[in-house]
Amino acid sequence: MMPVTHYIWLSLALFSIGVLGVLFRRNAIVIFMCIELMLNAVNLLMVAFSTYLQDAAGQIFVFFIMAVAAAEVAVGLAILIIMYRNTRTTDIDVLNRLKW
Amino acid sequence: MVIGNGLLVWIPLWPLLGFVVVALLVKRLSHAQVTWIACGSVALAFTLSVILAVGQFTGGAPIKQNLYTWIQSGNFSLEFSFAADPLTAVMLLIITGVGLLIHIYSVGYMHGDDGFNKFFAYLNLFIFFMLLLVLGSNYLVMFAGWEGVGLCSYLLIGFWFKHPSYNQAANKAFIMNRIGDLGLILGVMLIAINFGTLDMATVANKAAAMDTPTLTIITFLLFVGAMGKSAQIPLFTWLPDAMAGPTPVSALIHAATMVTAGIYMIARNNVLYSLSPVTMMLVVVVGLATSIFAASIAITQNDIKKVLAYSTVSQLGLMFVALGVGAFDAGIFHMGTHAFFKALLFLAAGSVIHSLHGEQDIRKMGGLKSSLKLTHATFLIGVLAISGIPPFAGFFSKDEILVAAFDYSPWIWAGALLASWMTVFYMFRLLFLVFYGEPRQGVTRITHLHDAPQTMAIPLIILAFFSVVAGFFNLPELLGGSPWLAHQLTPLFELASRLNPPAHTEGIEEYILMSVVLLGSISLIVIAHQRYVTRKNIPAKDGQIRGLAHEMSYQKYYVDELYETMVVRPLFWVSSTTNRWIEVGGINTMVNGIGEGVVGAGKLLRRVQTGSIGYYLFIMVGGILAILAAHYWTIVN
Amino acid sequence: MIILLLIIPLLTSLVVVLLSPEKARNAALASSMVNLLLTLGMLVGQDGTSATVDVQWIPSLGIRFSLAMDGISFLMVLLTNLMMPFIIGSTDIDKNYPSSFYSLLLFMQMGLLGVFTAQDGFLFYVFWELTLIPIWFICLIWGGENRAEITLKFFLYTLTGSLLMLVALIDVYLNTPGNHSFQLADLITAGARLDEVEQGLIFWALFLAFAIKIPIFPFHSWQPDTYSSAPTTGTMMLSALMLKMGTYGLIRWLLPLVPVGVQMWGNVAMVMAVIGILYAAGLALTQKEFKRLLAYSSMSHVGLIAAGSLTVSTMGIQGAVFQMFSHGLIVFGLFYVVHLISKRASFKTLQDLGGLRNTAPQLATSFLLLILGSIALPLTSGFVGEYLLISALVKHNFWIGAAAGISIILGAVYMLRTFQITMSGDVTSVAQHFSDLTTSEKLILYPVIGLILLLGVFPAPLLSITESVANQIVVQSGNLINLTP
Repeated sequence: MMPVTHYIWLSLALFSIGVLGVLFRRNAIVIFMCIELMLNAVNLLMVAFSTYLQDAAGQIFVFFIMAVAAAEVAVGLAILIIMYRNTRTTDIDVLNRLKW
Repeated sequence: MVIGNGLLVWIPLWPLLGFVVVALLVKRLSHAQVTWIACGSVALAFTLSVILAVGQFTGGAPIKQNLYTWIQSGNFSLEFSFAADPLTAVMLLIITGVGLLIHIYSVGYMHGDDGFNKFFAYLNLFIFFMLLLVLGSNYLVMFAGWEGVGLCSYLLIGFWFKHPSYNQAANKAFIMNRIGDLGLILGVMLIAINFGTLDMATVANKAAAMDTPTLTIITFLLFVGAMGKSAQIPLFTWLPDAMAGPTPVSALIHAATMVTAGIYMIARNNVLYSLSPVTMMLVVVVGLATSIFAASIAITQNDIKKVLAYSTVSQLGLMFVALGVGAFDAGIFHMGTHAFFKALLFLAAGSVIHSLHGEQDIRKMGGLKSSLKLTHATFLIGVLAISGIPPFAGFFSKDEILVAAFDYSPWIWAGALLASWMTVFYMFRLLFLVFYGEPRQGVTRITHLHDAPQTMAIPLIILAFFSVVAGFFNLPELLGGSPWLAHQLTPLFELASRLNPPAHTEGIEEYILMSVVLLGSISLIVIAHQRYVTRKNIPAKDGQIRGLAHEMSYQKYYVDELYETMVVRPLFWVSSTTNRWIEVGGINTMVNGIGEGVVGAGKLLRRVQTGSIGYYLFIMVGGILAILAAHYWTIVN
Repeated sequence: MIILLLIIPLLTSLVVVLLSPEKARNAALASSMVNLLLTLGMLVGQDGTSATVDVQWIPSLGIRFSLAMDGISFLMVLLTNLMMPFIIGSTDIDKNYPSSFYSLLLFMQMGLLGVFTAQDGFLFYVFWELTLIPIWFICLIWGGENRAEITLKFFLYTLTGSLLMLVALIDVYLNTPGNHSFQLADLITAGARLDEVEQGLIFWALFLAFAIKIPIFPFHSWQPDTYSSAPTTGTMMLSALMLKMGTYGLIRWLLPLVPVGVQMWGNVAMVMAVIGILYAAGLALTQKEFKRLLAYSSMSHVGLIAAGSLTVSTMGIQGAVFQMFSHGLIVFGLFYVVHLISKRASFKTLQDLGGLRNTAPQLATSFLLLILGSIALPLTSGFVGEYLLISALVKHNFWIGAAAGISIILGAVYMLRTFQITMSGDVTSVAQHFSDLTTSEKLILYPVIGLILLLGVFPAPLLSITESVANQIVVQSGNLINLTP
């Protein structure tokens, strides 16, 4: 049995990669994927703890998160496609018109 | 014959019904129908009043009738109730009697006016409110009548509402009365608070137990009301302006009845007043000042009705002097005789105006003696009566006031004497300028002069008759009579006369006073005749005023102008300034300022919203880290 | 029974939107008439005091859906249900979206009835806010010039007030024992136990909420703008009914809730109200616009109502409630006259009018009678109310009463001036083609005037309804000196 700390380190690493990706990448799709990465890092952690604590609640939450993430992907990608059609770019530095 | 309690309500009810019928059917009724309804209802009220008066004067007990509970709140309960005693009876006879005559007169006077029906509706409504005023057994019912007559006065002064100045006069009358009414109602409220009741009889009974300062404040406030209604200084300027109304209105409301409401009210509250000497003194001073002041204005006026109006103000002042010195019965007596001869004078003046097609300037009249015989005769009687020439009514009533004033203080007597001498002068000036001498342009302009038609003539004759004989109702013992009226009113003023025992001037002294008054009067008549008939001294045109005194009198001492600059304009100035600087400039700006402040802060804050997603993400992550750090920091500590 | 009063207008308002204008108007009229009849039935039946609804609403927070009527509530309900048919009847059908307009009016009626009958603080608040929704649409969609800005201002004002009220109610609520309760009776018990400072704060929070609604100087600057910009029907709703929410709230939800607060700060608030009376009357003197003038006049009158209630005496409270009723009738009539004039001729300022007495004598006479009621001439309902109120004030403090009394002089000045400018004088070009009242207009105006006169001559029935409640409020506020059993 692998100790739970390994899982924690892994998900921490994945999460940090996601955060850094979100912060430093300029392509909206990449940012989007990084967000998914963060979500999955959390999922991983939940599953690990679920097993560790012998409690199924964690796994149930994971299913919820996956479902919400799927919905989010659908909406988010749709928005991105529309944006791309209008602006011919997915660079977030160009997409800065959402302000006062 | 004694009238039952239940019939009391019918006295005011008939004129009210008359008003309601005429007002509702104002378009449908013919003039003849309105005449019958309006005069008939007042005639019925008059008949009932006579029955009531006979009962009261033959020793009947005062009667009271409760209709229903009007206002009730907590332990404050107020009946809508009427009461009658000899004083009420006197008032009722004057109101319905003179009222009826003036109704009849108006049929002729208002003949052909578009507003004929409306006029009679208002007149009936006035009679109703006036009856309410004198019949009310508590202060609030009286107040209802008090304000109601003010309303009718407003409606009737502005009867010809197309003239802006008439409306102005109507507004002025109502507002000045309202100033007085505020005083009155505050006084009434203080009575309710201090006595726990508003029933006049109960208040009078409890008054002796009340402390003097309270009574002084109450009576002062009530007197403010009387100042407004009875046109005393400083609230007198509305009455001369009120002459804008049709002449019968001037006769009924602004001479015989409404303006005497103040006298009635003080006489009704004689107990309260007798217990507060300070207010009594104020009443004397105000009355005397008004009397002299108004008489001195009347001397130089050239409008026939204005002269009579100032004369009314002056006579009312004399009545207040009588009340103030404690001679309540003399005040009431003069009020009664004045009602007759002043109504007569106004109606006769109306007859003159009527036949001259609306001319009111006495400088344009003259020589009407031969063409308007009846009018002249009746006017002459009125002038003799008001001037106090024996045996006309005014002599006896004025004599009583002068004697009472002499008892009080010779100075007051001298002042009152001055006022009544001036009265003699300006009344004869008026008489001579209108009826004697050569006819001037206003008269010669008209080819066929008609004397009063029958409906106008009969009231004139009846009023003239009473102006002659009314004095005998209260003949002083000195002249071999018995003061019948004073005797009737004795029980009412009993307490008051006990508090201020009349140290009556008797015998030879009174003869001397009388002769002084008479000699002066007769010489003034001669002087007036010299000036205005023999020397044909016609008052100068407006532009040719000689001397300061003349100027001041002619311009009514600039009181109107004074009020205009001291009160009216400042009030409107304050209003518009407040509007500009406080309402719009202050409060509104401040409120809008708060709104603009919020908007401004938003404008500053919105710069945070750059629109760059990367920036948002940085802030977000930074925020999360900050929260975590803060959390960690709290755990560590 | 009482719930029917709310349900009928609510359901009708939902149905009415879908109907054609004519039908919508008739349905609205019918619904309001039914409500009026029901209310009158309660009057004949048993003072309307026994009809109550009391069910759990949000049990975990101790909030109940409870409605009840005592004398004061009943008079307000009667006023609302009495005025609604007149207000609906006076509304012109030739406007945009008439059906929606009628629907909103009925919805507002429901809200008002809820405010006047709610016995639960939370419910009171909910109804209080519910009434804002319809008036917002009415002002915004059918309003005049600058309506957007003016409505925004009005709303920001009243929402600020509502928020303070909510905070104050919650604060008292949190001081109720056990599981907490919003019931009026519980709030009164809890409020009385608070310390001085807290009672003072609650007093001001609630007073501000009501003062804005009434409005009391210096929180009034929304009112003249809103009154003159809103459609006349909206102005009628605002002045005849909605502002009564403020005065009603003052009596029902403020006086008994924090007795010590009232004792400490009541005089300050009263002086503010009296300043407002004179201030508004003074401003009315020189107003050039008809509706704005009436707005200030109305503010002057309701200031007196507020000042009278703050005396916390039987007479003051009874006078206040009576005057609320009377003011509703009179102010409705006055605004209706303005409406009738502007329907016949376009005019901006008072000076454009003149000589209407010549061409429209019935209109002029009606206007004069309403003015007489407004300036409190005896034998009109205005006199009874003002007499009781000023009397209560004089008893409280002579000078405050006398100052408030000056408004009866100023009232006469500006009202008669208005009458003179608009009605008297020569026929102006505006007045030339003026037609007199039509039958349907008479049907609205004459009963109102009749009621004003009737209540002036026989006020006792209405006064007797409120007496016991007024006494009770005086007792609750611990002001036993002013109690006059």
